[in-house]
Amino acid sequence: MTNRSSRPWYLAPYYIWILLFVIAPIALVVYFSFLDLAGNFTLENYANFFSSTYFRMTLSSFWYAFLITFISVLIAYPTAYWLTKTKHKQLWLLLIIIPSWINLLLKAYAFIGIFGLYGPANQLIQFFGAGPLQILFTDFSFVFVAVYIFIPFMVLPIFNSLDKINSALIDASRDLGASQWTTFRRVIFPLAINGVKSGVQAVFIPALSLFVITRLIAGNKVITLGTAIEQQFLVTQNWGMGSTIAVFLILFMIIIMLLTGPKEKGGALNGKAK
Amino acid sequence: MAKLSKPAKIYLAFVFFILYAPIFYLIFYSFNSGGTMSGFEDFTWEHYAAVFNDTRLLIIVLNTVIVALLSALISTAIGVLGAIGIIFLRNRKMRNAVLSLNTVLIVSPDVIIGASFLILFTMVGVKLGFASVLVSHIAFSIPIVVIMVLPKLQEMSSSLIDAATDLGASQRDILTRVIIPYIKPGIFAGFFLALTYSLDDFAVTFFVTGNGFATLSVEIYSMARAGITLTINALSALIFVVTLGLVLGYYFFNQRSGANAGTGGTRP
Repeated sequence: MTNRSSRPWYLAPYYIWILLFVIAPIALVVYFSFLDLAGNFTLENYANFFSSTYFRMTLSSFWYAFLITFISVLIAYPTAYWLTKTKHKQLWLLLIIIPSWINLLLKAYAFIGIFGLYGPANQLIQFFGAGPLQILFTDFSFVFVAVYIFIPFMVLPIFNSLDKINSALIDASRDLGASQWTTFRRVIFPLAINGVKSGVQAVFIPALSLFVITRLIAGNKVITLGTAIEQQFLVTQNWGMGSTIAVFLILFMIIIMLLTGPKEKGGALNGKAK
Repeated sequence: MAKLSKPAKIYLAFVFFILYAPIFYLIFYSFNSGGTMSGFEDFTWEHYAAVFNDTRLLIIVLNTVIVALLSALISTAIGVLGAIGIIFLRNRKMRNAVLSLNTVLIVSPDVIIGASFLILFTMVGVKLGFASVLVSHIAFSIPIVVIMVLPKLQEMSSSLIDAATDLGASQRDILTRVIIPYIKPGIFAGFFLALTYSLDDFAVTFFVTGNGFATLSVEIYSMARAGITLTINALSALIFVVTLGLVLGYYFFNQRSGANAGTGGTRP
């Protein structure tokens, strides 16, 4: 302990944590993915995963995650862009972030009321002369609520990268005769693409693994990979199949992270989207 | 700087409206004497009274707070020591490997953390309940603390430590008198984030909590699945106020102390 080059004792709890809660859980998930219900070794779970039911579920989960991410970018980009032009931009940004600190369940619960048969959404529809619609428990409500929840996580990285752009570059582009649109397309957008990538990363993977909103808002109409894992673990008690889906979710996660490239520094801290 | 055009202002106003309307909608109906979230009848405090008269609910709130405080304290201690250890790792490859292992739990979806911890606890034979929830919260908070503390450690000049060594400080003195005071803002940031992560967590807790133990979010989930009760509205209004207080308090604390530790979610 007096010798500085010796392995510091205070690292022990941290290394134990890595071993027990980072390496062991992943190893256990992989191990369990090869077990059937009776605990025997099997490849059946993997065969099942490629069967039509699970394959279709995976595809639809990806489709919804794509839709959610795409709409989030569409809404968040202009928001972030104009926020950088406001006077007290850090304060406005904080105001965008605050809703992301409110528990996800409460936000989902609010939408149970808003989209309900007598809720304000239906009152608005009736005001325009249409009959009350079943909004809750549809895929529309699922996508809407998911986008609502993810918007702050998308605005934040895009805002950060837009905010970092040197305004002299934009002035230069305008001086050289580029129109506002050309400046955006050729200068601003390429310079801020990393923010979009971080945002996509922060939204797409959680969107694949959502299960709270599917249960509360989509009424089991939408099955994401996350819902399927929860179902297998806590309802069907088929841990083998659940682990297999989890293995694939981890694989998809790695692929997406590789595709969206090295994160901007601190990108992972955008918050914990569920 | 150009002023915002009118459409831009309208757009931003619309986004803010969409972001905040559901939250205020929830809070508004917490004062409704009719039992639903549509058609406001009369102003009442009865749902708040219901929250404070429900002993079971209050015990759950207490549980949640205890788990949050304990897990934040313990994970901060382990995380800070871990971060110091990482900084002193001479081997670059080793350091990068440890850093990547550190980020695994940050990027993993909650369902996977929850499911894998469930397997782990069952294999080891830990009874699901308070212990498993607390340990899980500690486990997923540690990497955040490390991430918040590391930049502070990196900006600390190593000559400070050399000076302390030359002046005869023991390793313990260096840790408690030099390093820890220097990285204090990072430690606070890490503790605060660990606290909010624990309070906010639903998915992981949902997997590793047994039948006997519940945190607030698990309880809200089962209440919400049963349908609308305005008790949840009253509860969420209270949670909103507490959250807002925490975030703003932390924000201004950071501004005042001028520390550049980042405001967690807002400025990583």
